[in-house]
Amino acid sequence: MATAPQMVTANRLSDGAVVYYTEAKGWSENFVDGAVWPDKDSADGALVASEDAVKARLVVGPYLFDVALTEAGPKPIGARERIRADHKPTFEPDQGSWTGPIAD
Amino acid sequence: MYRYDEFDATIVQERVQQFRGQVARRVAGELTEDQFRPLRLKNGLYLQLHAYMLRIAVPYGLLSSKQMRKLAYIARRYDRGFGHFTTRQNIQFNWPQLPDVPDILQHLADVEMHAIQTSGNCIRNVTSDQFAGVAADEIEDPRIWAEIVRQWSTFHPEFSYLPRKFKIAVTGAPDDRAAIRVHDIGIRIVKNEAGEVGFEVWVGGGLGRTPIVGVVCRKFLPKEHLLSYLEAILRVYNLLGRRDNIYKARIKILVQATGGDKFAAMVEEEWEKIKNGPLHLPQAEVERIHRYFAPPAYETLPDMDPAFETAKLENPEFARWARTNLVKHKVRGYAIVNVSLKPDGGAPGDASADQMDLLADLADEFSLNEVRVTHHQNIVFPNVRKRDVYALWQRLRPAKLATSNLGFISDIIACPGLDYCNLANARSIPVAQRLSRHFSDPRKLDDIGELRLNISGCINACGHHHVGHIGILGVDKQGQEFYQVTVGGSSKDDASLGKIVGAAFSEDDIVPAIDTIINIYLANRAGKGERFLDYVRRVGVDPFKEALYGPATARRPAAE
Repeated sequence: MATAPQMVTANRLSDGAVVYYTEAKGWSENFVDGAVWPDKDSADGALVASEDAVKARLVVGPYLFDVALTEAGPKPIGARERIRADHKPTFEPDQGSWTGPIAD
Repeated sequence: MYRYDEFDATIVQERVQQFRGQVARRVAGELTEDQFRPLRLKNGLYLQLHAYMLRIAVPYGLLSSKQMRKLAYIARRYDRGFGHFTTRQNIQFNWPQLPDVPDILQHLADVEMHAIQTSGNCIRNVTSDQFAGVAADEIEDPRIWAEIVRQWSTFHPEFSYLPRKFKIAVTGAPDDRAAIRVHDIGIRIVKNEAGEVGFEVWVGGGLGRTPIVGVVCRKFLPKEHLLSYLEAILRVYNLLGRRDNIYKARIKILVQATGGDKFAAMVEEEWEKIKNGPLHLPQAEVERIHRYFAPPAYETLPDMDPAFETAKLENPEFARWARTNLVKHKVRGYAIVNVSLKPDGGAPGDASADQMDLLADLADEFSLNEVRVTHHQNIVFPNVRKRDVYALWQRLRPAKLATSNLGFISDIIACPGLDYCNLANARSIPVAQRLSRHFSDPRKLDDIGELRLNISGCINACGHHHVGHIGILGVDKQGQEFYQVTVGGSSKDDASLGKIVGAAFSEDDIVPAIDTIINIYLANRAGKGERFLDYVRRVGVDPFKEALYGPATARRPAAE
């Protein structure tokens, strides 16, 4: 069955940050660096390959997700992956803040 | 105050060292994620949408100023400068890094705090009435019993691998502020006909996927038998609770499937075997725990303070805040002060490190070094002299901590939702922010009166939407966020579950929908004395359905 184009994502082991599997078989925090496969069947191999990074203790829980191909490039489909791709909550900080630096 | 004994100090220190070793082994590759996951969860560490999240226990909501200051330090040093107070009186940090977590736990241990019992299928951190020990309407102080339950439940070997998580709440007042009827076990301090004080024990309540108001398992339990009776309930559940289906594993499902009376009979049978065994509570031990919570040295004060009364007359804004956020204290001349963590447009329950430091300073200055966390995600100063209340308010105000909305529609309970949570289907916080801005006019709030609005970002119901007078549940429809609305829920002594008004609303339509519901209520209530909840109970959901979706005859069947 045809599926939407796919990307591989995971969370980085050290800090849980969202990362994307790249064509160079590496990982990037930037969504735009992520490799895109035309469908689930073709992406399954990448998902298996991404498990090497799990064994190497770089990432946790890789999985495939749907993207849409637009003129501006691939875009995540669905609220969850859109929010993950931004690496932060969607609301403006008020009395709490998610924008502050983590101390050295 | 909650006090560590030598056992707590030892086990918490040992736990920190164990977890330090576990993290090191995980980073070194000696533990896989599958092996590490249950270990980190036993220490309150989740992996969420963007980062790890550390949930820290605040036993029955009690915090010393020293502990609050330490939370501010952790927020600043290891997180992004804020923390999130939760609907179970805990606090969560949203951005810790894995290698730092053992150090964070060590900092917590240094002030007698930890993250034990904040996750996993164990007896979770016990919750209680945020006004425990100071409420004017209290029969007895529930903290003594919450503490006894804490000591019994921590690392209880028989109940470390229950079918599912297990939540216990204790209240000592007839006005149930601890939502005991929607807990796995709810304990209510009561007086029997002979005037003896004991417990009414509720069982099988809960929210989540299958919301159920609990049933009374025992109408009156003598105090000395509390632990043996709880042990009997847990033992029946541990043996018979379903482990084959995570959605049917909570005790509420077992109680429903068995029948309340039969379940109670099984508990009684088990209890008879153990009631006079080692769990029988010696009076001396109860008295020892009682002394942990000895009242502070209150001053003898007149109930009416002239300076407080004058400040209210001279400052209407202060007068309004005093009317909405203060609660009667059991000692003359003192007040219980509620600090709203729900400013207009704010994220419910969030507090910055600076705010936490200020709350700690103000607790030292005005509230005998103590603060409380409420399951409504607010903060309480339990012991404030009335003559100090105006000065306290003036210090809270510039820090956005003086919002006068306690118990009003903008005092919203909201889970972290899809902005943070891996389980969520939709965002909660932005909806809460828009609603609190929409309903920010104090005159409007006064007109609407008492109204609890609760938002959950998924069916797990951390935002207690089922028991909101208005509940909002975030749902996912093909990757889009929608919001289902319920009305008529309550977590109080008149506990009830909200009824769905109809098909879910889009993100753009949810605030107008709530506005419509409020307008229907305002236009049709039987006078200002009829609260929103009373109105819903009188008329049902039909007037809301009609206003939101059109007349029944014209309505298309909609997927609810």
